[in-house]
Formats: sequence, structure tokens, C-alpha cells
Amino acid sequence: GSWASYMTNSPTLIVMIGLPARGKTYVSKKLTRYLNWIGVPTKVFNLGVYRREAVKSYKSYDFFRHDNKEAMEIRKRCALVALEDVKAYLLEECGQIAVFDATNTTRERRDLILNFAKENAFKVFFVESVCDDPEVIAANILEVKVSSPDYPERNRENVMDDFLKRIECYKVTYQPLDPDAYDKDLSFIKVINVGQRFLVNRVQDYIQSKIVYYLMNIHVQPRTIYLCRHGESEYNLVGKIGGDSGLSPRGKQFAQALKKFIEEQEIVELKVWTSQLKRTIQTAESLGVTYEQWKILNEIDAGVCEEMTYAEIEAKYPDEFALRDQEKYLYRYPGGESYQDLVQRLEPVIMELERQGNVLVISHQAVMRCLLAYFLDKSADELPYLRCPLHTILKLTPVAYGCKVETITLNVEAVNTHRDKPSLDSVSLAAQPWFFPFSKISA
Amino acid sequence: MQVCMTNCPTLIVMVGLPARGKTYISKKLTRYLNWIGVPTKEFNVGQYRRDLVKKYKSFEFFLPDNEEGLKIRKQCALAALNDVRQYLSEENGHVAVFDATNTTRERRETIYKFGEENGYKTFFVESVCVDPEVIAANIVQVKLGSPDYVDCSNDEATEDFMKRIECYKNSYETLDETLDKDLSYIKIMDVGRSYLVNRVMDHIQSRIVYYLMNIHVTPRSIYLCRHGESELNLKGRIGGDPGLSVRGKEFAKSLAQFINEQNIKDLKVWTSQMKRTIQTAEALGVPYEQWKVLNEIDAGVCEEMTYEEIQENYPLEFALRDQDKYRYRYPKGESYEDLVQRLEPVIMELERQENVLVICHQAVMRCLLAYFLDKPAEQLPYLKCPLHTVLKLTPVAYGCKVESIFLNVEAVNTHRDKPENVDISRPPEEALVTVPAHQ
Repeated sequence: GSWASYMTNSPTLIVMIGLPARGKTYVSKKLTRYLNWIGVPTKVFNLGVYRREAVKSYKSYDFFRHDNKEAMEIRKRCALVALEDVKAYLLEECGQIAVFDATNTTRERRDLILNFAKENAFKVFFVESVCDDPEVIAANILEVKVSSPDYPERNRENVMDDFLKRIECYKVTYQPLDPDAYDKDLSFIKVINVGQRFLVNRVQDYIQSKIVYYLMNIHVQPRTIYLCRHGESEYNLVGKIGGDSGLSPRGKQFAQALKKFIEEQEIVELKVWTSQLKRTIQTAESLGVTYEQWKILNEIDAGVCEEMTYAEIEAKYPDEFALRDQEKYLYRYPGGESYQDLVQRLEPVIMELERQGNVLVISHQAVMRCLLAYFLDKSADELPYLRCPLHTILKLTPVAYGCKVETITLNVEAVNTHRDKPSLDSVSLAAQPWFFPFSKISA
Repeated sequence: MQVCMTNCPTLIVMVGLPARGKTYISKKLTRYLNWIGVPTKEFNVGQYRRDLVKKYKSFEFFLPDNEEGLKIRKQCALAALNDVRQYLSEENGHVAVFDATNTTRERRETIYKFGEENGYKTFFVESVCVDPEVIAANIVQVKLGSPDYVDCSNDEATEDFMKRIECYKNSYETLDETLDKDLSYIKIMDVGRSYLVNRVMDHIQSRIVYYLMNIHVTPRSIYLCRHGESELNLKGRIGGDPGLSVRGKEFAKSLAQFINEQNIKDLKVWTSQMKRTIQTAEALGVPYEQWKVLNEIDAGVCEEMTYEEIQENYPLEFALRDQDKYRYRYPKGESYEDLVQRLEPVIMELERQENVLVICHQAVMRCLLAYFLDKPAEQLPYLKCPLHTVLKLTPVAYGCKVESIFLNVEAVNTHRDKPENVDISRPPEEALVTVPAHQ
């Protein structure tokens, strides 16, 4: 497993706290995506989903009134069912972290959860989101509540009205975490006004420290991240992997086309990052803007296979070649790296991308696959096979709980460097890059 | 990541009553930032006061109605700020740590304005502590030995210092959630039990907050050593992934015995993912964890060569390395500078942990040692980390006590000093004059 996964010894239950429309689900999903990416198996348990299962049709905010006894019973039962699923995930399904996404606004509810955790030897870390800015709350409601299954007719004004009344129902019984007395021995972070201020109490271990650092670096300002590879390189043309070659003539054309594209996009304060290999630097040079070189954005190190073609690798290291196809994420080139190593190496890039605004990252095939997997929540199995062709830009824009992706192919031809996982029962020539026509698949 | 140098220098302003760990934090933070490559310097106002007022008499100097005292103290603060300005604006410093009590809002406003006028970003670090045991322990650790109390008995010193603290208490205005809501700061409570973080502005502030939230003051020891002597060590070859030599295996056994004798509570053992460190750890018979980032510096095209072979095949590279060993990067390999960046998560985790034994490699150990002993980049690549020698580091007062324990198993010397002639046109003998003996 990954280092982060090793460092997480007991299972941890992250418990969200906050009134509705305070970003709990947003934070739950984002945090879960990050933790899974760094190799810590994590899952979200959203109480609203359980509630919608139990009560097929939502009628109105009346369901959430604290004096609605029948509804209170249903809601409590849902919580217990959700906790049972948490238990199964952490104890039987190899999960390491469960994120319990619900309002959890009363001490009574939190004490119930703490007892449950104690019975099962889970560590508990609370994440409370406190926000009193009415504009933020209104924006949240429009962004994610209008399209909720609770409001199929999607009439904005009705939704806003009902939802605000729903929030009022919770306010009556809301008991925020009290760091000075009642909750002083709990481990938690209180996020105030979307990250303007934080109160952090009793961080117990490595993974809680990483979670706190992550939460303190993310923001919700609209922005766009552009990912692309360097222009086609000389080595790409001859099918050699790795190395430090310069751009081919078509690669240089791409750099020009990229410059034009960036100008047309009219991006406010765009930061440009490259690796420290020639091909990304040459690509950035054409843009005529300042750019920053990161060594950790360098392509995956293929060790003894550096600067070889796939045919040469298969001939010289047939066993290694086969092993890689069996387990591409974990496979480490002798004297080189694995995709898993690459993810660990790239973690500071992801952390800084979270802090930044508009960024263009000019990198490499394996590197781009890792970054893309983070933004699009792709598993370790899918990651090494994500399609990141040359001369194509992926434009990522955060929206609601996820990321919108636009693929922009700049009209400059390039070789295909994508190699699909070979299937055992057929040789798919279409799956191979053009310069590698016949592969021998051992059955 | 290589810390992005923003255009704005950063002014870190410590806040807190005496004996709250301000100087401890200032020095530690400064050491960390310099190690990761951010030029940082601390400015301790108490030091300016000691330089100006040659002989400390008593706590009465700090009484709030002592006009003469107030005048001198303000003078010292301004002198320190002037030096800050010189460091940040004229000497290419990136971060200045202004270490003083700064307990009144008025004083902090003066400093904030100073920062604004000069184009600095200001970040406050307040340490709040009410636990009398912690305060008493601090006084014993660092105040009794202060130049201020050189002629006093411990009891006299403690009594005077407690009265000194009282002088500040009445006018102490802690950072307030409302009144100071537009400032950037971290408030550390009870030596790290909880933190309040407000308006982190940029990357460096975010890194500072993360660091401050991971350090602790629980007593512990860190043991650093290299793998046992390897087969390639014997032949004078660098890098590679060889196994232990016969003597290397003996060392591993001696290390096991040493660790047993030390009787260390909850010791964690870390190795790299190279055979020689793993084989060394195996002999200990305890669980250990392998970190890829602890692997030896990658010598690229020079991997597994002897220094003689490097001189023969890459004489230019060899000379360039001697000219700037810290920044020099082997072709297709790494530099010490790269290594420090790679090792930063190890340092962060070492700060979080308690008793740890790190079994690593020469260049890696030099980097880690430079962090703990505050060695600058020029010295780092020449720190002596011989085989079969354990360095035991114990935090004490503002620094680190080092004990060097040679485990009585002979090994080759792998340390190559900087030769006198680093010119690219030097004759081979002059390049190789400092190469240690090997098979």
C-alpha cells in the first residue's frame, strides 16, 4: 500500500458538522477524492441519501421540524443504518476512513456517534463548517440544492424558500463544537466562513494532520486548470520512452498553437508550470509568458528502460514487460518508478494547485494521467490507462461537487503514444501506437 | 516543492508573554525555512537590549512605569526593525522573524505599518499558555542559563523572572477574533493542543502553519546512521543497490545490541528501499518501515562508478561538482538541493514522531543532519557521516545535543573532502587527491 495508507493505523471516522448549505457534502466528496488518490481507502456516507431511500418522496421542510416526532424517528433510524454501513466498510471491506456526511448538529447525535466509534475502536475527527455569510449560503443553495432529488420540479424560488426554512429547523437545536469546555477533548477542525479562519483542536496523528493541511489549502473561488503534455518530441517520433529530447517540428507547431489558444482564452493571471525536461520547457518558451519549472513534474522514471522503445523493452526484458501489463499502477521499472511512486511525488503539486487560481500545467503522459485521476476521481486501476494524447488540452472547471472537463484538440498532428492494456484473447492492433505494429502476447 | 519565491518578503511577528516558547519557535522555524531553501533570519529584541544595557539588574527594568526602561526597549525594537528592513530589502532575505513579546495592539500596529510601508506581508505567531508547569519548565530550560542571570542563584533567577512576566500581564492584549480579524495569524494554545488560524495569505504562510502544527516538545531522541558497509563501499563505488559486506553484517548485529541496550520506548525504525539499509534493519528483529524517499542520492550516469572512473569519463562534471557540491546535479541524477526537497516529508514526519531510528545513506544523512544541526548549504555536502557510527540527537534548550557512537566495527572511509584545486583544467591527480582508499 502507499506510505499514507501505512501511516494510517486505526480506522478513522470523519464526522461532518454544520447546518445545511454549509459545504459539508462538498468537503466530504473532495476530501474523500484526495484521500483515495494518495492511497488511503476512503468512502462517504451521506445521510441524506439514506433518508431519501427511507422516505421515497420528499414533501417539504416540515419533515425537518424538530417537533415532528415521526420524522425524527425515521431520521434516527437512518443514521443507525448508515453507521452500520460505516462499520462494515471499516472492519470488513478494508476501508481506512469513513466520512459521515450529515448535519450532526446536536451533542446528543455526536455523543451517539462517539459511543459507536468507541465500541469499534475507531478514531474520530470532526470537521465543522460554520458560515454566517448569507450570500455564500444562497450561492450554495443555487449551486447544489436546486438540482437535488428532493426538488424535482427545480423551481428556484420554491427551492430557495423551502430550503431556507429547512435550515431554520436545524438552527433551533444547533450546538456548535465548544473548544473551551464541552468538546475540549475532541479532535476537530472548525472551518469558519469558507476557510477564512480555522480552529484546530487535538490533532491525533499523521492522517488527521494531512486532512487539516488539505482543508486549509482548498478554496472555492472559481478558476480553471489546464492540463496538457509537451509538444510531440523527437523521441515520441521514434517510439522511445523517457529521455530528455527536444520538440519535433510538429511539436514546435503545437507550442505555437498553444500560445494562440491561451491568448484567445483571455485567462486572468494565468500561472504556467512545466517540468525540468527540455520538451515541456521548449513548449512553454513559445508562450512568451513567465513560467515555473518543477522537477517533480518530470516524467515517470523508466529506470533501465529509459530511452528504449516498447519493442526493445519486450525483447530485452520480456518478464518485466509482462509484469507491467498485469499491474501497471504498482509496477516499478527496475531502477525507476511506478505510478504509485509518481502519485506520491506529485502530491505537493496537487496541494499547490488547490491553493492557486488559474493554472496551465505542461507535463508528460504518466504525470498528466496522475493529475487527471485526482481531478476526475479515477481509481488506481483506471489511472495508467487514461487517455492523454499529445497536442490536446484538458480544461478542468470545478462545478457543483465535481469537475467539468473540456477536451480541446489543437489542430496539429502527432503520434499516438497510448498503449492500452493488452487483452489475453486477442491482439488488438488498433490499441498499439502506430510505430509498434506487431506485439506478441503470451497467452 | 521548490518554494515559489513571491515578490513580497514575509515578516513573521512573534506574540506572547515571556517563557511562552517564542524564541524556541523562532529559532526552530528559522532553521526549517533555511533548510528548505528560504533565506530566513531571526531578530531577537532581547538580544538588542542586552547589547545596549550591558548589565541586567532586575525585573524592575520591565515595570510598565519605568520610563527609562520603556525608552530603551522601544529603541531596541526600532533598531531590530531597521535590521529587518536591511535584511529583507537589501540583503535578499525572504523571511524575517521578529522575536519579541509584542503583547500590545499598539506595538503590533507599529510593526504592521512598518511592514506595509516596506512591502512586506506580515504574519503573527502568538503563543498562549496558562499551564504553570510548562512555564516553570521553560524557565528552567532556557532562562536560568540566560546572560541576564549569570550571577544569580536559580531561585533568585526564577523569582525575578516570574516578576518580569507579571510586568507584561496587565497590558497584554491577545490577538482577538474580532478586533484582529483582518490580520494573518496563528494562535498556538497550550503548546500545540489547539490552534486558531486566521487569513493565511499565501504558500509560505501555509507551509509555516503546517510546520508549526506538526512540531511538539515531548522529549525524545532521533538516531541517525547509515546502512552497514556494503560490497560497493569496499570497492570505492558510489550508488547502486548492493548488499552488505561481511563487516556490514557485523555492524547490523552491533546495532541490534546497541538499540537493545538503549532501552528506547516505542522506537520506530525507518529505512530506505535499498537492500543495504533493509538488510541492516532486518538484523534488529523489530518492525521497520521502508521509505523510497530515503533512497541515496541518484548519481545518474555516474551510478556505480569509482571517483577515479568519474574523473576519467566525466572530468568536467567532476570539477563542476567540486565547485558547487550542493547545487550540482549529476547528469540524469540529482543534486543535494533536490535531495533536501525530496526529504522534506521525512523531516515533517520526524517532527511529528517521538523516538525514531533512521537507517539511511551518506548524502541523505548529511541532509537530515544539516536540518537538525542548522548547517548551511555550503557545509551540508561535507558533513562527516562515517559508516558504522550512530548519531544520537536529543533536543535541548534551543538546539540539539549530538552524541556520536562508533559501534566498533571497522569500515572503509567514504568521505571525500573538497580538493584544493576545483578548476576544470586541473590535472587528474589534483582532482583525486582527497579520494579515500578502497579495494
